[in-house]
Amino acid sequence: MARTRLARLRPALGVVPFGVYLLIFLVVPTVTVVIGAFAEDGRPSLANLAGLVEPSVLTALLNSVLVSAVTALIGGVVGALVAYAVVTGKPDGALRRLVTSVCGVLAQFGGVTLAFAFIATLGISGVVSTWLDANLGTGLTSSVWLFGLKGLVLVYAYFQIPLMVIVFLPALDGVRVQWREAASNLGATTWQYWRLVGLPLLTPAFLGSLLLLFANSFAAYATAAALVSQGSPIIPLWIRSALTSEVVLGRQNFAYALALEMIVIVAVVMAGYSLLVRRTARWVR
Amino acid sequence: MVLPDVHQKFVGPGGTRPDQGGHPRRPGPGELTGRRGPRSCSVRLRGRAILSTVTGGATLRGRGRDHVQRAREGGDRSRTMRTTRTSRRFTSRITAAVATATAITLLGAGCAPPAKTADPAASTSGAATWTSAQAAGGMDALVAEAKKEGTLNVIALPPDWANYGTIISTFESKYGIKVDSAQPDAASQDEINAADQQKGTDRAPDVFDLGQAVALANTAKFAPYQVSTWDTIPTNFKDSSGLWVNDYGGYMSIGYDTAKVPAPSGVKDLLKPEYKGKVALNGDPTQAGAAFNGVVMTSLANGGSADDIQPGIDFFADLKKAGNFLPTDPTSATIESGQTPLVIDWDYLNAAESAKISTWKVTVPSDALVGGYYFQAVSKDAPHPAAARLWQEFLYSDEGQNLFLGGGARPVRADAMQKAGTIDAAAYGKLPPISGEPTILTTDQSTKAADVLSKEWSKATS
Repeated sequence: MARTRLARLRPALGVVPFGVYLLIFLVVPTVTVVIGAFAEDGRPSLANLAGLVEPSVLTALLNSVLVSAVTALIGGVVGALVAYAVVTGKPDGALRRLVTSVCGVLAQFGGVTLAFAFIATLGISGVVSTWLDANLGTGLTSSVWLFGLKGLVLVYAYFQIPLMVIVFLPALDGVRVQWREAASNLGATTWQYWRLVGLPLLTPAFLGSLLLLFANSFAAYATAAALVSQGSPIIPLWIRSALTSEVVLGRQNFAYALALEMIVIVAVVMAGYSLLVRRTARWVR
Repeated sequence: MVLPDVHQKFVGPGGTRPDQGGHPRRPGPGELTGRRGPRSCSVRLRGRAILSTVTGGATLRGRGRDHVQRAREGGDRSRTMRTTRTSRRFTSRITAAVATATAITLLGAGCAPPAKTADPAASTSGAATWTSAQAAGGMDALVAEAKKEGTLNVIALPPDWANYGTIISTFESKYGIKVDSAQPDAASQDEINAADQQKGTDRAPDVFDLGQAVALANTAKFAPYQVSTWDTIPTNFKDSSGLWVNDYGGYMSIGYDTAKVPAPSGVKDLLKPEYKGKVALNGDPTQAGAAFNGVVMTSLANGGSADDIQPGIDFFADLKKAGNFLPTDPTSATIESGQTPLVIDWDYLNAAESAKISTWKVTVPSDALVGGYYFQAVSKDAPHPAAARLWQEFLYSDEGQNLFLGGGARPVRADAMQKAGTIDAAAYGKLPPISGEPTILTTDQSTKAADVLSKEWSKATS
């Protein structure tokens, strides 16, 4: 009896490292954040959560969600189209190899380096802005748009699109040519094929990728920190402000409350996603 | 150009007057350094303000923090990527995304490593209790003990900040003590955080150089020490027991590149179209003391007072509306490359740029004179208590004070040294000219202003 139970447990052993990883990097920090958010000076308190509804913090939250949603959409749509273009080519052709490796590099190219690359290109004394100003009279060298939300959208899109390509390629590969042929044999037009077969099949994958992109830019910090140094327009920058401010002291626990807010937002988006998938995936099953 | 009524306007408001209820601390910097300003300062300055600035600060000339951020974000993304590549199931991909999102969120929230416990001072000669060189048995005994310790841990001292690079190397060669300079670009609060987190280890900071708000909130972490030049430090610039002593300071200024922008005749000039996309503030005022004082300066220039910072915030909102406010963090690099042609910052930091760029000029607006000094203190938990005390002796010696001056900062003993003829007159003459009465916020005023800022600043700038 004991033996069979052990035997049954053995395959589970392989999951242990993952479990430990989750515990250390997900469960423990989450618990720390939750406890920290509800405490002040070592006592239970709701003061930090109350701080979340201050107008400036709410604006930052709205900005964060907006920037993440917009860049996820841009990245998702453009990335999916690029991925489709790649898939229609030869499976191991030069184009595909080139695009996947370039995307692999660019999707990783984030943070301070990326921010400075954009500043050097499109910033106040950027190469491109200087050239455009001299030749087209655009006025970019005295414009500060790059250092605000618009700039964030542009810079985030830079790593969101290649990430989408990489993430979405396997899903497109999963769409078999035979399905298309079968549909054609049964007299379906291209439009009917996409509407009734292709898109429903790809929707869960697409939504999943969107969520990934959303979380990716929602939590992105270094890029924004290097680019925007005034006014903390998004939540991750508010967390920095709460932790390191030497003007407004003692707001460490407010940072926990902000972090909790971010966790809740991502959880809500996830829950929405799984509901959607359950609906759209019915057809697939 | 000084408007005639301006002078009175800023002497006037109650906020700039001494708070008689509290313990008055410092004489006006005009009195202290006052070569050009009126000698009789009607304004006594109390220091509980934020005058601070920060030491270093990633917010200021910051660099260091960025590397960490990059590592964090890079790590985040690569983890996400790996998961997504190997996984076919989107659900696990999502879990990973959320996990990493959460992890990053938490990293952002800064999970401090647990502090190790040990008693560093116990192993030494009792130097941790010395409150002066006499207590050590004389200067020679202090030097001998410090040499025996061999190392001094300093934190948040950027080499190009108030000449700290030279100060550190001079101290090293003079006493043969190795100076371990941690996180040169960290902010004041980071110094205290490091002291808490590394308490008991031999890496903990021995000495602090702090902005005012952080210094006065953490006096329990300081050990009292009176340097041998104690008597020549003005009473209002030191804690009576020696828990902290102001070391150097300056005034809020406007630095600008004459090759790129016209010279501003006052703060309000910055709204002109010539300054479109050119006006930068050294840091976010809700985070960095220098920037905070920058907003105080613009407030004074726009009819505000030490009690009312709102006009300053409104001024930046107008700058933003006009497209003049450049929300990027000025550093030596951005100034040299011309990205930030006009910077509101402490005069000694702006003056340091003049040495590198011949067209970089510094002006201290006389219609909005805001002063500030740094706070020097010995850590109670210093792993090298004798070296920490020797460092104080060095900083407040004529040599150390002149080194600060060499970096464009106004040393706290400037007055006494000028009288004694020991000051570096050439360097002293190079400081930007000052006229008018300086304003320094009291603790209450700065707390109130910080509160207003934290609510209004992001509105004004986004």
